Amino acid sequence: MFGDYSLGDLGSIFVMQGFAGLILFSVYVLMALGLAIIFGQMGVINMAHGEFMILGAYVTWMTSNFFQSYLPGLFSGYFFLAMILAFVASGALGMLVEWVLIRHLYKRPLDTLLATWGLSLMLQQAYRSVFGAREVGVELPQWMLGSLHVTDSIEVPINGVFVMCLTVLITIGVAYVMYKSRWGRQVRAVVQNRIMAGAVGINTEKVDRYTFGLGCGIAGVAGSAFTMIGSTGPTSGQLYIVDTFLVVVFGGAASLIGTIASAFSISQTQSTLEFFMSGSMAKVLTLLAVVGILMLRPQGLFALKVRK
Amino acid sequence: MTDNRFFNRSEFIGILVLAVFLVVVLPLTLDVFRLNLVAKYLTYAFVALGLVICWGYGGILSLGQGVFFGLGGYCMAMFLKLEASSVENTKIQSTPGIPDFMDWNQITALPLFWKPFSSLTFTIAAIILVPGIFALIIGTAMFKRRVGGTYFAIITQAVAAILTILIVGQQGYTGGINGMTDLRTLKGWDIRPDHAKIVLYFFEVGLLFACIMIAQFVRHSKLGRILVAMREKEDRVRFSGYSVANFKIFAFCIAAVFAAIGGAMFALNVGFMSPSFVGIVPSIEMVIYTAVGGRLSILGAVYGTLLVNFAKTSLSETFPELWLFGLGGLFIAVVLAFPNGLAGIWGDYVQPRIDRLITSRKPKPDGWTDSSVADGAPAE
Repeated sequence: MFGDYSLGDLGSIFVMQGFAGLILFSVYVLMALGLAIIFGQMGVINMAHGEFMILGAYVTWMTSNFFQSYLPGLFSGYFFLAMILAFVASGALGMLVEWVLIRHLYKRPLDTLLATWGLSLMLQQAYRSVFGAREVGVELPQWMLGSLHVTDSIEVPINGVFVMCLTVLITIGVAYVMYKSRWGRQVRAVVQNRIMAGAVGINTEKVDRYTFGLGCGIAGVAGSAFTMIGSTGPTSGQLYIVDTFLVVVFGGAASLIGTIASAFSISQTQSTLEFFMSGSMAKVLTLLAVVGILMLRPQGLFALKVRK
Repeated sequence: MTDNRFFNRSEFIGILVLAVFLVVVLPLTLDVFRLNLVAKYLTYAFVALGLVICWGYGGILSLGQGVFFGLGGYCMAMFLKLEASSVENTKIQSTPGIPDFMDWNQITALPLFWKPFSSLTFTIAAIILVPGIFALIIGTAMFKRRVGGTYFAIITQAVAAILTILIVGQQGYTGGINGMTDLRTLKGWDIRPDHAKIVLYFFEVGLLFACIMIAQFVRHSKLGRILVAMREKEDRVRFSGYSVANFKIFAFCIAAVFAAIGGAMFALNVGFMSPSFVGIVPSIEMVIYTAVGGRLSILGAVYGTLLVNFAKTSLSETFPELWLFGLGGLFIAVVLAFPNGLAGIWGDYVQPRIDRLITSRKPKPDGWTDSSVADGAPAE
């Protein structure tokens, strides 16, 4: 399949597809970060994670509409506000869900999977009732459109670079919160030993709720990024949930670096293969490779060495 | 007399009631269209039955049972499709004698892997063996490396996603998103008219009871007890010298074969097969049936499947908007409030009263029943 292209062409193709894959990479990283926090730290399988992402996407869409109708002068900056709103909306819903549903199921991880699947069905229907079954698209401000010309054959989309920078910032922020802040220390303490953490005075229930909220909030931000690569519909989130779980598992749960590395390799493989074959076959090959590697190395790329 | 290796007395009564319900009551009260719907629902009951052994007893939650349902269904559909695409039936095509969707996709010769499916014997063997071997490979790869629980669930889900994308993408070989439609005859016997539907229904019920008997046998054998022990404390079973992986592989394979039989019956009863029964969503729905019926109850799986599907059909006919809310709510309710499903409600509330009414004079311990297994925490 590479035979028809010269070496220089191939280089350009890889670079171009690589940058085209940046947004996909960003969505994967943000989705997987939230999931890695919830699954890796708390052991809860959140099948409704895609729906939290879509909530963020709908919030972005509503913000963009609001700015278009009432504040057209500030339209170029709406995306920043939209992301904050998406984070708040998804995070708040996440905390509510944790309080109503998840906290009863911490001892039964497989059951969280079933219950959150039920939740995702209800959320999908709610979106369909509120926003309609038609998919909606978000209009981007002028400065995000277009691309940078690096060389004659290489162009880099601006929105990709923007989302990428944002993802890096958020990732650094999450890493800082988890590993340097007092609250992050509490989260890790609760993960390692819930009873002992409670005994030294940590309010484990509160930590759980905020952790879940944070994970869902980041999914909301992922939804904002998602509006740039696809149109938002009630069931769009479902398409990403399996990919995201694979990203988390492939990277090795509870490893932040692993999550980023696996999101990068999966999104880049898929985006590069898409140039050479149909999108569906590219996806099949990528997923097959991931499942194959997981069968050889079930603990994922970067596994923490722990005794069970 | 009724206590043997398959069932004890109360289970015998339960099976008898189910048999009367399926063989006598439903055919007498429903018209052929509704009976065919029941036949369609019962194909899912095979999957639910497999999940009882694999998930309820073995503690292995597979979210990819649709894969095996689909493999079985597609094997059957390929045979039926080949028979429906004889040269006389397809003489308007540019290449007569191959299935219509191949002709539409500019394929001019029958692909090699299709050829053996012109033999019914091979097809029946393939329905059992293809999913069985596939499950064996996945199971060996995962369980020998002690991958289980949530990881396994996610991997099986990925497999379901892969297979769906593959079937949809390879339109020329599989019929794509529309699947294989217009299946007509089985060895010259037309499967479409009403009397054929009735014959197929009874054949399917017979197969279902054969599978129930296998499930009962597994449950009452030593194997079944090791599965339960493994679910509760895997390490202790391993320390006792059992190969935990092999038992898990067996449970997974048997669930896969049951699902495949269901899929094959689906293709026969409904007359088509499509990727919409393979993917993640149908696979999880099949888990719902088992969860509603009670993950530990073999008969509960059948009732759960029938109940959820009846509810789905009638609700989505009358209130299409509400159906997803209902299904989602049902799922949350079952997980939160009734982890043992219908069978749990029956065992906790109804059965004791009946027992008290019948055997108020001679109390005797009943040994190995659902409730004795159901005690304690559910799987994982």
